[in-house]
Amino acid sequence: MSDTTHDGGLALSTPPSADDGLSASQLAAKYGLDVSGARPGLFAYIRQLWGRRHFILAFSRAKLTAQYSQAKLGQVWQVVTPLLNAMVYFLIFGLILNTKRGMTQDVFIPFLVTGVFVFTFTQSSVMAGVKSISGNLGLVRALHFPRASLPISFSLQQLQQLLFSMIVLLAVAMGFGSYPALSWLLVIPALAMQFVFNSGLALIMARMGSKTPDLAQLMPFIMRTWMYASGVMFSIPVMLADKPQWIANVLQYNPVAIYMDLIRFALIDGYGSENLPSHVWAVALAWALVVGAVGFVYFWKAEERYGRG
Amino acid sequence: MAEETSEGHIPTVIADDVHIVYRVNGTSAGKGGATAALSRMLGRGKGEPRGVRKVHAVRGVSFTAYRGQAIGLIGTNGSGKSTLLRAIAGLLPTESGKVYTDGQPSLLGVNAALMSDLTGERNVVLGGLAMGMSREEIRERYQGIVDFSGINEKGDFITLPMRTYSSGMAARLRFSIAAAKNHDVLMIDEALATGDRKFRVRSEERIRELRKEAGTVFLVSHNNKTIRDTCDRVLWLEKGELLMDGPTDEVLKAYERETGK
Repeated sequence: MSDTTHDGGLALSTPPSADDGLSASQLAAKYGLDVSGARPGLFAYIRQLWGRRHFILAFSRAKLTAQYSQAKLGQVWQVVTPLLNAMVYFLIFGLILNTKRGMTQDVFIPFLVTGVFVFTFTQSSVMAGVKSISGNLGLVRALHFPRASLPISFSLQQLQQLLFSMIVLLAVAMGFGSYPALSWLLVIPALAMQFVFNSGLALIMARMGSKTPDLAQLMPFIMRTWMYASGVMFSIPVMLADKPQWIANVLQYNPVAIYMDLIRFALIDGYGSENLPSHVWAVALAWALVVGAVGFVYFWKAEERYGRG
Repeated sequence: MAEETSEGHIPTVIADDVHIVYRVNGTSAGKGGATAALSRMLGRGKGEPRGVRKVHAVRGVSFTAYRGQAIGLIGTNGSGKSTLLRAIAGLLPTESGKVYTDGQPSLLGVNAALMSDLTGERNVVLGGLAMGMSREEIRERYQGIVDFSGINEKGDFITLPMRTYSSGMAARLRFSIAAAKNHDVLMIDEALATGDRKFRVRSEERIRELRKEAGTVFLVSHNNKTIRDTCDRVLWLEKGELLMDGPTDEVLKAYERETGK
């Protein structure tokens, strides 16, 4: 360090000038240089993210295609996987454990399949979110893009995955006597809200997972607990009828249960509004907006540090 | 900006006492066992968690780069060259010190964004988008990228998944995608050492073109001839410290004396 300071080196390549006496920050200010890798403001960040929307979409589609590209059946697995999944749950909870208390077969099967698919949507978004930064550190350290692109892209991949599952779900619903009606359109706003909620959660998990990769090991247990508490394979009010009311309330107003109930209500004929908690749409919207916004801001706060890993 | 005296006098990158520290989990010399991990967790709360090793990769580097300069970075393996480049690009946060830049410096390389299970075709689009090109730009340059890579010289390989490519072919396509974009401050990390002789000549030509368009170029290479051919200034890093900074010939001579070449 001592034999050639940077001033000595520069004197050889550039003639002395009025800039010599300036400190680094003064020099930077004089020529309008910015701090490299500084975090942009929230609105500038949103603009940057919007500018990368094509990348976000292309990345999610590429991940989805790459998933089954080595399999002989290829993209058929997009539909077969959720179908097999639904069949396993039906075998265990429908036939063996018989948890359908208070529901007819025609209601219970679509009820169960909806629950499984909708919960899987949130579950896989969270799981992908945890690893979205820590598992793509190479990408983060090589290219510039708003880092929120990654968790959002992974949630988008899960949304596309869910759309394949919806094909199975609609077929199941029709197979058990619920036919297309105007109410089916309610699925669209419900899924849109769930997608915003999932993205917010994925953003939160992405920041936490980038600092503590151990979360990826812990999450499956948390998610499984959440699944059993959300009434995926049983009706919460019926199952908890003899317990204090507040327990059922807490479970019913948890976001995943809300989104599951909305989609069941939209699709299944025998699942009327009497099964829904009150103010269900407002609660669904509130969960989406709050978790979406909080997750986004929380993630953005650490934007400049994700490269550290 | 008002006091531009001469070309080459406008700073584009200023590094001010840059320190970079990596933290590596669970590598406390041979104690990777469960008991070690447990004692690590229990030992928390006293400043740095135990068992997290710190690697001080860059220690107090300062320099100013000017417009029109091509700067070579030399030093033995692990001396912090690539890490310094990443910090200049703003991809790796500094522990202390600051890097000021004019515009957005970019690393030449898209490897991490590409997926081997996708076709070359889709990877061109994905890589372009990852580098921040618009869909129209990619459509315009698509044919150029494919022709430059020479992937289709031996048949229609661009529609096959990249995992079926030979390592040379994949490297050529990666370089072609990366070199398709123009940059203000460009950083090249050993990118020249890929492909066969014919492709190498072509890519060196492309690097020279990019140099003309870019304000400032940084080049990391272990090939002193490449450095001599392309750079007019050289930074010599050793153990994360800036050992020497000066005109190419002078620094390279000292470096060659030191490394005994």
